[in-house]
Amino acid sequence: MSYLVYNTPFVPSGLRKLLFLHWPLIFLLIAVASAGFLMLYSVAGGSMLPWARPQIERFALGFILMIGIAMVPIWFWRNMAAVAYVGSLLLLVAVEFVGVEQKGAQRWIDLGPMNLQPSEIAKITLVMLLAAYYDWLPLKKTSHPFWVLVPLFFIMLPVFLVLRQPDLGTSLLLVMGGGTMMFLAGVHWAYFGTVVAAGIGTIVAVFQSRGTPWQLLKDYQYRRIDTFLDPSNDPLGTGYHITQAKIALGSGGATGRGFMQGTQSRLNFLPEKHTDFIFTTLAEEFGFVGASTLLVLYALIVLFCLVTAMTNKDRFSSLLTAGIAMTFFLFFAVNMSMVMGLAPVVGVPLPLVSYGGSAMLVLMIAFGLVQSAHVHKPR
Amino acid sequence: MKRGPQETQDSARWINRRTFVMGGLQLGIIGALGWRMQSMQVEQAAQYRLLAEENRINVRLIAPSRGLIFDRDGRPLATNEQNYRIVIVREDAGDIGEVLARLTQLVDLREEDLTRAIEEMERRSPFVPVTIADRLSWEDVAQVAVNAPALPGVTAEVGLSRGYPMGPDLAHVVGYVGPVSDFDLTRGYLSEDEDPLLQIPKFPVGKTGIEAKTEQKLRGSAGTKRIEVNAVGRVMRELDRQPGDAGADLQLSIDSELQNFVQARLAGESASAVVLDCETGDIRAIASAPSFDPNLFTRGISVKDWTALNEDKYRPLAAKAVQGIYPPGSTFKMITALAALEAGVVDPEETVYCPGHMTVSGTRFHCWKRGGHGNMNFHESLKQSCDVYYYDISQRVGIDRISEMAKRLGIGVKHDLPLSAVATGIAPNRDWKRATRNESWRIGDTINASIGQGYVLASPLQLAVMTARLATGRSVTPRLVRTIDGQAQPSGAGEPLGLNENILRRIRRSMYDVCNHRRGTAFRSRIVAEGQEMAGKTGTSQVRRITMDERARGVTRNEDLPWERRDHALYVNYAPYDNPRFAVAVIVEHGGGGSRAAAPIGRDITLQALYDGEPPLEAYPTGVHEEIKEMRARLNLRDFTDVSGSDKA
Repeated sequence: MSYLVYNTPFVPSGLRKLLFLHWPLIFLLIAVASAGFLMLYSVAGGSMLPWARPQIERFALGFILMIGIAMVPIWFWRNMAAVAYVGSLLLLVAVEFVGVEQKGAQRWIDLGPMNLQPSEIAKITLVMLLAAYYDWLPLKKTSHPFWVLVPLFFIMLPVFLVLRQPDLGTSLLLVMGGGTMMFLAGVHWAYFGTVVAAGIGTIVAVFQSRGTPWQLLKDYQYRRIDTFLDPSNDPLGTGYHITQAKIALGSGGATGRGFMQGTQSRLNFLPEKHTDFIFTTLAEEFGFVGASTLLVLYALIVLFCLVTAMTNKDRFSSLLTAGIAMTFFLFFAVNMSMVMGLAPVVGVPLPLVSYGGSAMLVLMIAFGLVQSAHVHKPR
Repeated sequence: MKRGPQETQDSARWINRRTFVMGGLQLGIIGALGWRMQSMQVEQAAQYRLLAEENRINVRLIAPSRGLIFDRDGRPLATNEQNYRIVIVREDAGDIGEVLARLTQLVDLREEDLTRAIEEMERRSPFVPVTIADRLSWEDVAQVAVNAPALPGVTAEVGLSRGYPMGPDLAHVVGYVGPVSDFDLTRGYLSEDEDPLLQIPKFPVGKTGIEAKTEQKLRGSAGTKRIEVNAVGRVMRELDRQPGDAGADLQLSIDSELQNFVQARLAGESASAVVLDCETGDIRAIASAPSFDPNLFTRGISVKDWTALNEDKYRPLAAKAVQGIYPPGSTFKMITALAALEAGVVDPEETVYCPGHMTVSGTRFHCWKRGGHGNMNFHESLKQSCDVYYYDISQRVGIDRISEMAKRLGIGVKHDLPLSAVATGIAPNRDWKRATRNESWRIGDTINASIGQGYVLASPLQLAVMTARLATGRSVTPRLVRTIDGQAQPSGAGEPLGLNENILRRIRRSMYDVCNHRRGTAFRSRIVAEGQEMAGKTGTSQVRRITMDERARGVTRNEDLPWERRDHALYVNYAPYDNPRFAVAVIVEHGGGGSRAAAPIGRDITLQALYDGEPPLEAYPTGVHEEIKEMRARLNLRDFTDVSGSDKA
């Protein structure tokens, strides 16, 4: 794995690398993060504290990290993939023992100034490892059953640890992120077809078994599913959050109620308004115009990443960039679906906008990797 | 891993193909999200906007102030008093124990109030004000206000609560209010009432008397205020307010000074009395003794007081003047006579011999006078209250015509007054007995009815109405409410009854002699003032059966019987004789003879009404002056000099 492999006489060096950064992507990131600062300022009732200011500081830190990572050649990061993966697994194990418990889940490690959420790190390290794995694996073996089981094992290890916290949302994201990597790498369609068919079969079985002696879920689990499917069934119980979120979103209308004028968030009807449900505040205050603008910005970020992934001839860079794009996509798609009542409420933050240190830093590191791949791509 | 160019190319092609698929999928999902956004925020925006408004805006009711009740002179009978209470807000108080401890040093608080307040505070959100103590004096409130810095979170508030300045005098008439109960709303008189005010916890509603019967008029209508609340219900601000309408004020026909006198005059007895204005039907006084203090009920009556009121054998809670029904005894004789004379079956000068008893179909009916009255014409029979005369004429006129006459004079019909449990009484006839007892009417029933015994039952109010109708010949109807919200209510003067004026004059003349003739039964209780003379009739109604044995031994005197077996004493009268202004009815339960127990009360009440205050001693016969002075010294009258009525009359 030497520099020569790439046979790239045009790779820039030194500070000249800054010119080769993917600047449109950087501007998009700044734009999205700024929307986040604005909303955090608004939900705090027009105050930089307690959320907007720390968020800006973290973004600044993340930005420096991103540039720093982008300066380091991509092959170094490929070599570090396994180390990073093992490191994140160790952190997940550590959470078991020294984790801080919040709201019934043990997800954080207290690092003094901030809480570290290892499962966020695992999302990226898993993508790195799988990209490196498929870079190493000869193409012909990609769909060989044994070489399919190996990455499955890589995926299930962190998934298992995260499920124990418990954090269903992140586990699902890990599975989907990992699955995407396998798909991009070219694992045969039949595998995915089987999984999808099995999934549909399971769902059908779960619903068909309800009320029969062999029902597959506990009654309360069925009730949760009911609440998800029709939140108005239980407006003051589990359905409360989602109902209030939908009211906030819908009442924003086309142009919104105006900055800091959202009654749903200002009067505390919204849950977790600075983290998972921050999109509802944005949608309430800036309406369809604001919400769809944010969606377009997100779509552009994903698009830019996918384009650079496709134009990159290095297998690792390509897979890594597309995988990070997918991870990023999953973040906002799941979060938005959740607050719009299209998916069950799982704790997934809105990337770059929701208040939260780990997610912000991890995302910026991930985009640092994307930039590194972009700067150091074979030309 | 070193790759050949071919392999690199394959890899890139592969990845690109899959990335395309992936990107397409993502685009689809982003499109779906955008479409969903569009449908929620554009298409269904109005609906969600409405839900958001419902979320944040609460409509609260503002209780209107309840209508006031005044007497005929504008003196207040039911008021809305300012009521001071202290409330505490937990989140402002900080250390509740400390604050309450300081508060107890300033204000005398009951232990149970404190524990209740602490419990309530723990149950409710920290920003909800909790009442610590109610109905405090101004001094207590001032103490709290002065020490406000040491009592964070504690404030004094003013509310309105119902007060009855006349206390027990009008308890049965005005009634009282109490917190609305589940019973009221589900099965009680408010079950059809859908006023949202009734959903306010502890909202005061009328429980008895006028307060209950005119509840809908007194209550007024609710105002509303729209307030913005946050998710936990904390009030953020008031958006707007629409004041409600205060309840209608009522002016009663009652003269509370006279009422006070009547109530005081009846004190010590289980008795009731009604004073009716003959001209308008206005009820000037309607008293039932003993009474109770309605203010006890608005404050929440203690179990001890409640038990005492319920177990009293004189039944203080009953409004005897309208809901008590008694055999009217001899006071019914005017009706029997009037029926017979109107029907023409008896000539007023015709005499009936009274040997002291009469035997009809094997049963002997006695006159109250053992030796008999001898020959009696109508005039003498009424004056001396001979029973046998009425036994005789009632058989000739028949029960149906007597019953009809009783109803024309207001007995056995329900008078429509806004009071609780107004009794109908009974003016029996053949159909009535058939319908209620499924028995045929017997001649003995007629004989008993002729002297107001047997099945006949009347309330003091009905007897007063009867007297007023006899005095005026008009269908005087009692009226208790003169104005509602300033609007005069129809007068109760009534149409002429269409009775023969000559016959009426004879009856009045006989009633005059009852009071003013030496041998009249109420002679001792006459009025001697020129032009103020009474015409009346005494009555003594039996509540027990006198057996043959007892009759043979000699009838036991009332004084020797236990109280509840003694006769009821009755007296009805109007005055002045030649220009009737007031009709009065008095019943003293188990008081003994009407002429001894009831007539003096009737006279005192009549004089008080005629003179609109204390009458001169000269109005009484000289023989009773000492007795009257003693009575006056005994009376415990309210001082009306400082009760300034705003002269609404």
